[in-house]
Amino acid sequence: MDNPANKQTIDRVNKGLSRRYRAERRFRIFGASAILLALSFLVLLFSSIFSTGYKAFQQTFIQIDIFFDPAEFTRENLSTANFPGLIKSSLSVMFPEVTSRGDRKDLYYLISPGASFQLMDVLKENTALIGTTRKIWVPANDDVDMLYKGNIDRTRPESERRINDNQLTWLDKLSAEGRVKKRFNSSFFTSGDSREPELAGIWGATRGSFYTLLITLSLSFPMGVAAAVYLEEFAPKNRWTDIIEVNINNLAAVPSIVYGLLGLAVFINFFGIPRSTPLVGGLVLTMMTLPIIIIASRASLKSVPPSIREAALGIGASKMQMVAHHVLPLALPGMLTGTIIGMAHALGETAPLLMIGMVAFIVDVPHGITDAATVLPVQIFLWSDSPERAFMERTSAAIMVLLAFLFLMNAAAVFLRKRFEIKW
Amino acid sequence: MKKKNILLAAALLTSVCSYSSGQAAGRDTISIVGSSTVYPFSTVAAEQFGRGTSFKTPKIESTGTGGGFKLFCSGVGVDSPDISNASRAIKKSEFDTCQTNGVKDIVEVKIGYDGIVLANAKKSAPMQVSRKDIFLALAKNVPDPKGGEKLVANPYKTWKEVNPALPATKIEVLGPPPTSGTRDAFVELAMEAGAKTFSFIHDMEKKDKDKYKATTQMVREDGAYVEAGENDNLIVQKLEANPTAFGIFGFSFLDQNADKIQGSIVENESPNFDNIAAGKYPVSRPLFFYVKKAHVGEIPGIKEFVDEFTSEKAWGNDGYLADKGMIPMSKDERTTLLKDIKELKPMAAPAK
Repeated sequence: MDNPANKQTIDRVNKGLSRRYRAERRFRIFGASAILLALSFLVLLFSSIFSTGYKAFQQTFIQIDIFFDPAEFTRENLSTANFPGLIKSSLSVMFPEVTSRGDRKDLYYLISPGASFQLMDVLKENTALIGTTRKIWVPANDDVDMLYKGNIDRTRPESERRINDNQLTWLDKLSAEGRVKKRFNSSFFTSGDSREPELAGIWGATRGSFYTLLITLSLSFPMGVAAAVYLEEFAPKNRWTDIIEVNINNLAAVPSIVYGLLGLAVFINFFGIPRSTPLVGGLVLTMMTLPIIIIASRASLKSVPPSIREAALGIGASKMQMVAHHVLPLALPGMLTGTIIGMAHALGETAPLLMIGMVAFIVDVPHGITDAATVLPVQIFLWSDSPERAFMERTSAAIMVLLAFLFLMNAAAVFLRKRFEIKW
Repeated sequence: MKKKNILLAAALLTSVCSYSSGQAAGRDTISIVGSSTVYPFSTVAAEQFGRGTSFKTPKIESTGTGGGFKLFCSGVGVDSPDISNASRAIKKSEFDTCQTNGVKDIVEVKIGYDGIVLANAKKSAPMQVSRKDIFLALAKNVPDPKGGEKLVANPYKTWKEVNPALPATKIEVLGPPPTSGTRDAFVELAMEAGAKTFSFIHDMEKKDKDKYKATTQMVREDGAYVEAGENDNLIVQKLEANPTAFGIFGFSFLDQNADKIQGSIVENESPNFDNIAAGKYPVSRPLFFYVKKAHVGEIPGIKEFVDEFTSEKAWGNDGYLADKGMIPMSKDERTTLLKDIKELKPMAAPAK
């Protein structure tokens, strides 16, 4: 043991030991700080979105006494009645001191233009209201909403505020009477786009996203799985299949705007599918997600051990039976995970939709795959570019909704993997 | 599994069939494309139209003025848009493309004005500039400061060097990219007009058109002019963070953010509603939309939409478009234009 050569080696090892420990510690610190940095960016992003966005789930309402004047409802059709006039006369009764034309305009401005449509709906449900006076909560204008949410500073000089001194006095009077209240903003979840922030909602975009993804899923999943099964299980291994494989991998990396251009040229200009519809949007996103699904499905097929295939073939199953009865069911959880991740990718896409006219102002909620529609990320893009300040919090709120959907889809993918995955 | 797939395929097939039968019947929504400047006004009118009548709400895409004309002039039929918004008048080349593609009768509707403002954060002092200052500060090539008729690469670093009356802060202007109509209009109304104050550049217009164009319309690329993208809200945020910088955008953004930013006074006129409406503020431009006459009667509601847009409650002095920041035309101008619009009189070919 006391051989000098041995001692020398152990000395050298001991000498280098602390350096090696140091190197390892350093490496760990780098790794941990990288994760910490990534997490802090994520926290920053979420907190900035949530801190502005949560306000959009509430909306300021003003209570007004509406007299449903029978003289206004002499005609057959209710919707031809002068509902804005009803609101104006009700406000004039509440503020008899406001007489000049300019002041009246300022007064009427406090109430959202959407209030008259709300009255119409109220009356359509219950025509017996005609001739009575009712207290009704109507949405306030977006500037009033911003004032009550603290986004307009009332200590600023009048010329720099979008709410003038008179309007502040009236609002204070209304507040003192308990006629101003913040309530849950249900129209944000039930209506389509609007240029009035207090009336704008994400339901139209959500429906559009749903139809678009429906088309994408129903086309890309069967096609992707069939392509993967053929390439993995049936196709001969030769130069042609190598080229195909390389190209599928390339297609997965092509920028999505290119698919938009292709969609414009092929689906709209050549096949004449109408612009701005979920049908054409779904087709374009199908092209985009197809390579992702094929790659994920092939990986999942590859992970099925050869022994399964050999056993099936060994007891006399045909190749078709082997694939359909044994390999495919085992590979399916992995394929579904890949598909869901591809779908989540498609849900967050805007660039290809720009070319095919889905970046558009669409008020009517779509009722099918051939109605003009927009999708959630496009709605976020459009709102972020609107001048009205109230759209800023709606942008963040829409981002929150989109993130919730993405989170759900990714959670579903994790769940499927955990639940059905078989470890060999 | 198999059954489900067959069901799915069947569902898809029926939906595709129902689509093609729907296609034969035509389109029942008005399709509008074009300028992002007109977009906020067009959408308000469309929404009012959709809620106030039995017609569907028109679909509006913000493609930019040039992109809008490209789609608009692609032909006649349900695939092509019915109306194109524009933040400048249609060019002769665009009009000719329309003619060759069978879009013969086009109705021009002027709807109002928009002011382009050069604004900075409220924290700093407002600036008083002339269009000549703007040209000298932002053009790629400017007349030699030492004098003479030579053009040199823009040497100015601060506003004070441009004009001793201005503050000694670095020239930093955030503005839209070249694809934007706002940029086109700014270049034409502020820079070109400023360049013309030099008599030799003014004479150049007749002698050497290409050189004139290059001199008056090239924006410097050395970092003093920052292309900040089309999102004006972003520019407002950047101005707040950087009090010495200026931003270029439409009047409606200044109107909505009056507590954060202020418009520079150009040639003694501050950019406010009254000055732009009276035509005093020099950097303002007309806004238009163009209607494909062949589609009137084919697509339901076009005539009614035009009526809505040109009604007094929309484009009037107290109309809802003015509330959104559009500057209305004078009463006389509206009355004169309305006569032709009511008849849907097709426009003559533009001069340039």
